[in-house]
Amino acid sequence: MYVAVKGGEAAIANAHRLLADRRRGDRSLPAISIDQIVAQLGLAVDRVMAEASLYDRALAALAVRQARGDMIEAIFILRAYRTTLPRFGSSVPVDTAVMQIERRVSATYKDLPGGQLLGPTFDYTHRLLDPSLLSDEEIDGPLEKEPLSEPLIRVLDILAGEGLIEEDGDLPQDHIPGDLTREPLEFPLERDLRLQALARGDEGFLLSLAYSTQRGYARTHPFVGEVRIGEVEVELDLPELGFAVSLGRIQVTECQMVNQFKGSAKSPPQFTRGYGLVFGQSERKAMAMSLVDRALRAEEFGEDIVAPAQDEEFVISHSDNVQATGFVEHLKLPHYVDFQAELDLVRRMRAEYDKKQAAPELREAAE
Amino acid sequence: METNTQELNSVQNARKRMISLLAKATRQELETELLTLDATPSHDVVRGPETGLVMVRGKIGGGGAPFNLGEATVSRATIQLASGEVGHGQVLGTDGRKALLAALFDALGQEERHASSVAAFVDRVEARISNEDRKRAEQTAATRVDFFTMVRGDD
Amino acid sequence: MSLTTDNNGAAAYRGGFGNPVLQGQGVFRIVMDAMARPGTIRSLEPAIAGVKPPSPLCVAAGAVALTLCDADTSIWLTSALRQSAAKAWVGFHTGAAFTEQRAESRFAFVEKGGVVPGFGQFALGTQEYPDRSTTLVLEIEALSGGMPMTASGPGIREAIEFSPRGLPDVFAALWAENRALFPRGVDLILVAGADIVCLPRTTKLERREG
Repeated sequence: MYVAVKGGEAAIANAHRLLADRRRGDRSLPAISIDQIVAQLGLAVDRVMAEASLYDRALAALAVRQARGDMIEAIFILRAYRTTLPRFGSSVPVDTAVMQIERRVSATYKDLPGGQLLGPTFDYTHRLLDPSLLSDEEIDGPLEKEPLSEPLIRVLDILAGEGLIEEDGDLPQDHIPGDLTREPLEFPLERDLRLQALARGDEGFLLSLAYSTQRGYARTHPFVGEVRIGEVEVELDLPELGFAVSLGRIQVTECQMVNQFKGSAKSPPQFTRGYGLVFGQSERKAMAMSLVDRALRAEEFGEDIVAPAQDEEFVISHSDNVQATGFVEHLKLPHYVDFQAELDLVRRMRAEYDKKQAAPELREAAE
Repeated sequence: METNTQELNSVQNARKRMISLLAKATRQELETELLTLDATPSHDVVRGPETGLVMVRGKIGGGGAPFNLGEATVSRATIQLASGEVGHGQVLGTDGRKALLAALFDALGQEERHASSVAAFVDRVEARISNEDRKRAEQTAATRVDFFTMVRGDD
Repeated sequence: MSLTTDNNGAAAYRGGFGNPVLQGQGVFRIVMDAMARPGTIRSLEPAIAGVKPPSPLCVAAGAVALTLCDADTSIWLTSALRQSAAKAWVGFHTGAAFTEQRAESRFAFVEKGGVVPGFGQFALGTQEYPDRSTTLVLEIEALSGGMPMTASGPGIREAIEFSPRGLPDVFAALWAENRALFPRGVDLILVAGADIVCLPRTTKLERREG
């Protein structure tokens, strides 16, 4: 129960002013610019874009600055902003097969057309703090090399050629992609809606769930078929022209997870798949998403549902960190009346309890 | 729902290429090109400039059924030149002025007097982008793993 | 789909809201009030300066489309509207997609004199989500001076009289069927020129003799 409580206006206004002061911090230091955040804290910006479900680096950087680096707060702010904008339409589905690739690795084939391209990765760094970054030392530019002329084919197409892996996920031709920002979720969900929810889901939550599947809570025997990061064109159909035009390019990370499958009465033994696609550069998130996507397909493959990562309602209902933070954090808001009622109840129960304790002979007599 | 699957004719293809490159031109490139005109051609703004969202779709498994990945900010504008040509500009981001300039050049690109200069402009934009793409591809190629194998040797 | 690559077909581009935010809010307010007070005639005039949809879409129907339709609302049009410049105009200014399936539409537009399909062919919503239904925007000759009717129901004190002109004879029967489906059913916006009358599915209509 909530009742209106007045009297906090001045305190709230002053708290906001104090927040603004603390956000700015030491005035002798230059303020951090949005461009700096975009350029130098790019992966933080990418995470905010992915989980806010809004691709706009400048706005995401602004949110990071406004939230003092609190990622979930920044995601919340950007989500709130997107609700103020009209939607012009839906893009033509992006084609990751013709990505402008910045990184591409496969754990299933060593030699593959186009090769293993490491790109700007943290892998193989020693995770030792680098004191050279304490100052603004000159950084060498990247080296360049002639790219191979062969196309960077999708790794899974190699397996598909042998018929040993399921195809890309299809839905009926007339299926309109579900949109959880428009219609309330009704379980069970189609895979398209699950992927939308996972793409905006909390990285930490999905990472933990993915990890749980590796530790035996719904084993899926995963291999990274391919991870690729790069830019794709976003095309929009313009009804006034009768064809689609490009709006520009966005960066995405895609993960194709390959999972073993013993086969069932209905389908032969073959590899199955989990899919991850995320805004920006976020390999951990894309990999976790693909593992959870596969785990959530348990029912489709007739697998026993025994673990949290396979429970669609559990996973999807709790993967959104804006919803989660709203409900957890609302507990700090005034619950004075609820609590008075609880207090009253506990006092009464305690009084009854004490009375019984004080007069055991009475109770025995009554029995 | 209606979708467009028909083959485009050469006029449509040229227009599609022009609009798509104008979307990828930088604000600075568009402003600079505008200065090369004698004067900003007289025009009416019939829609926008306005900022909204486009739901970006992906495909399940990379090539399967579409799903909604998340939205992107898009700014758009439509203008009509005094001579009648209508131009559309739609660009990622929140820069309404950029959308307006893209719309203006789309319209000018259909007008006889400016068609060749706009064509040259989008060619320059395309060249700039393909240079950047080339450079990035070369930087990425430098991180390609060259496995040594005892059998094949290092070719 | 009609291609409007002909740029001099400017009809598709001109005549939208000059000020989409304020005009959209203005029309929305009037439509909302009209829905809350079924059977009363309201004019959209104060909010529709410059609105000029291509014929045969009248100005009120055009303004309702500009205000209520967007990329998330699929629209059904009669074949006359589908073949006119009105389709491209609505598509350009609202971003709405068109459907030929009445049952998939969120809004449907019928021009003056057009054949009014049975309401049951449109989306009627479900018991759980009665809002997932079609709103029909129906242009008629005039909102007064025609078939005398008495309207009653939520939003109406006792009863109100109104007399739309140009509704098909079967209208009363169609509306009674629609009302019987409550909470499912379609909602209706009758338009003529710049005026509107709303008939939400809750409104009961009776024909008055005389």
